Amino acid sequence: MPVVKADLEACQGYANCVVGATDYFDLDDDGIVVLLKTEVPETDRARVVEAARSCPVSALIVED
Amino acid sequence: MDTVTVIVGSSIGGVRTAQSLRLEGYEGRIVLVGEETELPYDKPPLSKAVLAGTAAEASVCLLNRDQAQELGIELELGHAAAGIDVAGNLLQLHGGEALRFDNLVIATGAFARPSPWGHRPGIHVLRTLDDARSLRADLAKGGQLAVIGAGFIGAEAAATARGLGLEVTVIDPLPVPMSRIFNAEVGQWFGDLHRSNGVTTIFGTGVESIDGDQGSFTLRLTNGQNLEAATVLVGIGAVPNDAWLSSSGLLVDNGVVLDEYCRTVDAPHIYGVGDVARWRHQKHGADIRIEHWTNAVEQAACVAYNITHPENPRAYTPVEYVWSDQHDWKIQVVGRVGGNAEHVIIGHPEVHGRFAALYTIDGINLSGAAIVNWPKALLACRRGMGTGITVQELREKLEPMLDPQPLAAS
Ligand SMILES: Cc1cc2nc3c(=O)[nH]c(=O)nc-3n(C[C@H](O)[C@H](O)[C@H](O)COP(=O)(O)OP(=O)(O)OC[C@H]3O[C@@H](n4cnc5c(N)ncnc54)[C@H](O)[C@@H]3O)c2cc1C
Ligand code: SF4
Repeated sequence: MPVVKADLEACQGYANCVVGATDYFDLDDDGIVVLLKTEVPETDRARVVEAARSCPVSALIVED
Repeated sequence: MDTVTVIVGSSIGGVRTAQSLRLEGYEGRIVLVGEETELPYDKPPLSKAVLAGTAAEASVCLLNRDQAQELGIELELGHAAAGIDVAGNLLQLHGGEALRFDNLVIATGAFARPSPWGHRPGIHVLRTLDDARSLRADLAKGGQLAVIGAGFIGAEAAATARGLGLEVTVIDPLPVPMSRIFNAEVGQWFGDLHRSNGVTTIFGTGVESIDGDQGSFTLRLTNGQNLEAATVLVGIGAVPNDAWLSSSGLLVDNGVVLDEYCRTVDAPHIYGVGDVARWRHQKHGADIRIEHWTNAVEQAACVAYNITHPENPRAYTPVEYVWSDQHDWKIQVVGRVGGNAEHVIIGHPEVHGRFAALYTIDGINLSGAAIVNWPKALLACRRGMGTGITVQELREKLEPMLDPQPLAAS
């Protein structure tokens, strides 16, 4: 199953990902992304990839 | 014959449209046409890390040749579109060649409004990677930098140049520049931010002329003052790249005019995305054009969806969002702020190091917010804008997070 990975060093807390897929991404108190789940079933794939691509600093990738 | 989607403009709007088309399962050909010979690159870092020299140029690449090949995106760089033969489904390129299309996406963005005070070495605008390179080279020579215009790009470049140790002066004809976007009180804090970081501000004053040459310019200001500068950056806004559409017959009015599905009002198989697109925002009941990164990305996803689902297209009704980094402030703006909207401010830059200005048009519900250095508040506002939330509810949620606590009944 594809998995989503976050580069916590790169994350700037813009929250585009959270708005895009609120069931996968959240922010912690310092404004750094938190992955609520990492495995991406095929039915969620387009939505999660789209959310990952909306990250302005490319901190998220979905790997096969 | 394969269906073909041709995308004109190879920056964030164009690249994301191409990628999202593949994500939606589009199987036809995708041709991405761009005027610049450079591989597609991202713009926000150009006034921040790239200008500062802390990010390599390669880090802003949006799509390299391998990635393009993998996705089956045909890159046609170094080709400027000259016009569209709408009836013939042809995109005409400079030099006479033409590309046939089934769907066309206009993603030609905007260009920096040119300096009305002349163009010569040492007088810069900041829009492209080349602009950033040449500004950076001049900043490296040291000396005073004069920034004309205190909008996002001028303010960011000023902060970056200050960070590089230059002496910087920002000039803007408005007495409180950010009051264009926010209200005066919040706008004032932005002025304070720059001054406390050692930027000289001359607000409420225009520029009459720029005399002299690179290394020793003299700016003559409308208040009679003269200002010396080695380098000048003109940051007075952007203009949509729509002139090439004038012969097409498509409706153009400060951007290409689109319906709520981002299709041109004259030809439903021609779409628009990003800074060049003026579309009908159903929730606002108005045609709007937005010059922000997240809008280009979200609109690209919507257009890709609509190209692949023509029988049941999705209306594009985003909540506006923009960020800006200036000195040690991370500034984020959600929805619609300023104008006639009432507002409450939670937190204070000097007391809490963070604040959120919440705006309401109807006096009750949140219509927009400007947030500085406060990720949790940003998230609450962005979520609240999606589902609907009152300013009072948000206030009750955000105030307890402040340290020290605001005084009762404040
Ligand atoms: C220095 C800078 C900093 C920014 N910082 C932020 C920020 O912090 N946050 C934020 O939200 N936004 C920011 N923005 C705005 C954001 O970058 C833009 O909204 C975004 O680039 C718009 O993307 P676009 O693809 O619509 O247009 P553009 O990026 O303008 O790209 C249009 C492309 O089309 C090409 N083109 C134009 N005419 C033709 C033609 N006739 N034929 C072929 N190709 C053509 C151009 O060469 C260009 O490559 C910043 C912009 C700049 C310049
Ligand atoms: S969009 Fe990117 S930068 Fe923003 S919170 Fe998500 S991962 Fe972090």
